[in-house]
Amino acid sequence: MAPHAEQLTRPAVQLRGLTRSFEGRTVLDGIDLDLPAGQFTALLGHSGSGKSTLLRAVAGLDHEVAGSGRLTAPERVSVVFQDSRLLPWQRVLDNVLLGLDGKEADRKGREALAEVGLKGRERAWPNELSGGEAQRAALARSLVREPELLLADEPFGALDALTRIRMHVLLRQLWERHRPSVLLVTHDVDEAIVLADRVLVLDQGRIGLDLTIDRPHPRSYRDPLLGEYRERLLAALGVTEDHK
Amino acid sequence: MSATVTTTATAPVTPTEASPQVRRRRRLSPGRRLPATRLLGPALILALWAAASAAGQLDPGAIPAPWTVLETGVHLWTDGTLPNDILTSLQRAGSGFAIGLTAGIALALAAGLSRTGEALIDGSVQLNRAIPTLGLIPLFILWLGIGETFKVAIIAIVVYIPIYLNTHSALSGIDHRFVELAEVQGLSRYAFIRRIVIPGALPGFFVGLRLGVTGSWLGLVVLEQINATSGLGYMMFQAQNYGQTDVILVGLVVYGIFGLISDSAVRLIERRVLSWRRTLSS
Ligand SMILES: Nc1ncnc2c1ncn2[C@@H]1O[C@H](COP(=O)(O)OP(=O)(O)OP(=O)(O)O)[C@@H](O)[C@H]1O
Ligand SMILES: [Mg+2]
Repeated sequence: MAPHAEQLTRPAVQLRGLTRSFEGRTVLDGIDLDLPAGQFTALLGHSGSGKSTLLRAVAGLDHEVAGSGRLTAPERVSVVFQDSRLLPWQRVLDNVLLGLDGKEADRKGREALAEVGLKGRERAWPNELSGGEAQRAALARSLVREPELLLADEPFGALDALTRIRMHVLLRQLWERHRPSVLLVTHDVDEAIVLADRVLVLDQGRIGLDLTIDRPHPRSYRDPLLGEYRERLLAALGVTEDHK
Repeated sequence: MSATVTTTATAPVTPTEASPQVRRRRRLSPGRRLPATRLLGPALILALWAAASAAGQLDPGAIPAPWTVLETGVHLWTDGTLPNDILTSLQRAGSGFAIGLTAGIALALAAGLSRTGEALIDGSVQLNRAIPTLGLIPLFILWLGIGETFKVAIIAIVVYIPIYLNTHSALSGIDHRFVELAEVQGLSRYAFIRRIVIPGALPGFFVGLRLGVTGSWLGLVVLEQINATSGLGYMMFQAQNYGQTDVILVGLVVYGIFGLISDSAVRLIERRVLSWRRTLSS
């Protein structure tokens, strides 16, 4: 019981004075941020505000980027990209199992595919999947590793509106079942409000707004109480009445 | 007469009256392969050749009729000279190709997977490529003697260069997004090479392989024509001295058949290995 309780109180991700710059241009300017274990957080910001830069820093993918600061993140991190990034020369199941071995791997992979509704497509080639299916396979690939932290960079950006809503429901269900900490980068204010319990706005290299969304799930886009959050987020993003 | 009357009585449905049909888009890929079409062109040429010979349009001294060539071929085969020459040539091409293939793959892997390897190997191969390989023949004869070794060495060089170049460029052109994926999934270096780098480089390797196969035959023809003591080229060289055009043609046909067979074999393997690809050729 004790280690579990400790896990809940210790933040999964901790950033202290995180700075990143490209060719002398500062993109992240001393960010301090704690993400509690098991929290579903969304990160909003203008295009070019540094959302991907932040996410890649947390994922440990920014090998050649200049910067400073302290950063702690869990051992098991999964990333979902905007493109599904399935290897075209491997069947769907083998893609899901990429980097996983052990006797149980095969069974886990099949389970993960079933969880995202791709049961029976194990032996399909990635280019036989629709965009939404491919993205679900990518979700399965990230879940099968039982991540403590799930990073997603506009994972639904390339999907149509209808598929996107389905994916929202699926992602939230998966989160409720597995409870990883989630950091979801998005440019879609509604997506952030419907999915996340906490929304951050990245502005001028800093966290400009840190908003906790205290509404029960599943949430509806039409929930009038969410409108208030939307107004505040849009204001933080610099979208005023006459822009809308 | 009455038949004409009935046809005019039943009004044909004109296209404009038909309900509007959904028109399929004009297909831009060439479409499904016709079976065995690759043989259509050669068959046509053969037919023209036969027809021209039969009509007496061709000088039999310059271009003998197909059946004369066939007769000569059968004769050379049954008296044992042709099988012997073919075997010699196949051995040369085969050993040269095997060595070139191994060297090409090994060097490409070494140069593609490590920066040190690249620094040491890539420049040297590019230099080697700039020298026409057939220009090395005199030097190789002096070094290795006029026996089999130098022939195999030249063929190996002709083969390894395209295999190296294509495999290396495929290895170094691996999609950066997949590298990132491998890092995220925590792949070991070995697993990264086995599951991402190698499969990703296979299409490029096969381009090199096909060029290499063609190159091995090309090298063989040249070597056997200028420095032959046995083999198909030797047979043709002798025939030239005695003005036996039919024998020369038999040699060319055999070269052609082997070239065709080896290329088809590579294609077949390629289609199997790269079955995940759905390209214009599928
Ligand atoms: N590898 C790089 N080299 C140089 N500049 C870069 C590099 N990566 C990002 N940048 C710059 O850093 C800034 C932030 O980029 P980033 O990709 O993090 O933005 P973003 O918030 O994810 O934008 P978007 O919503 O469009 O994806 C941009 O101005 C971008 O041009
Ligand atoms: Mg981005």
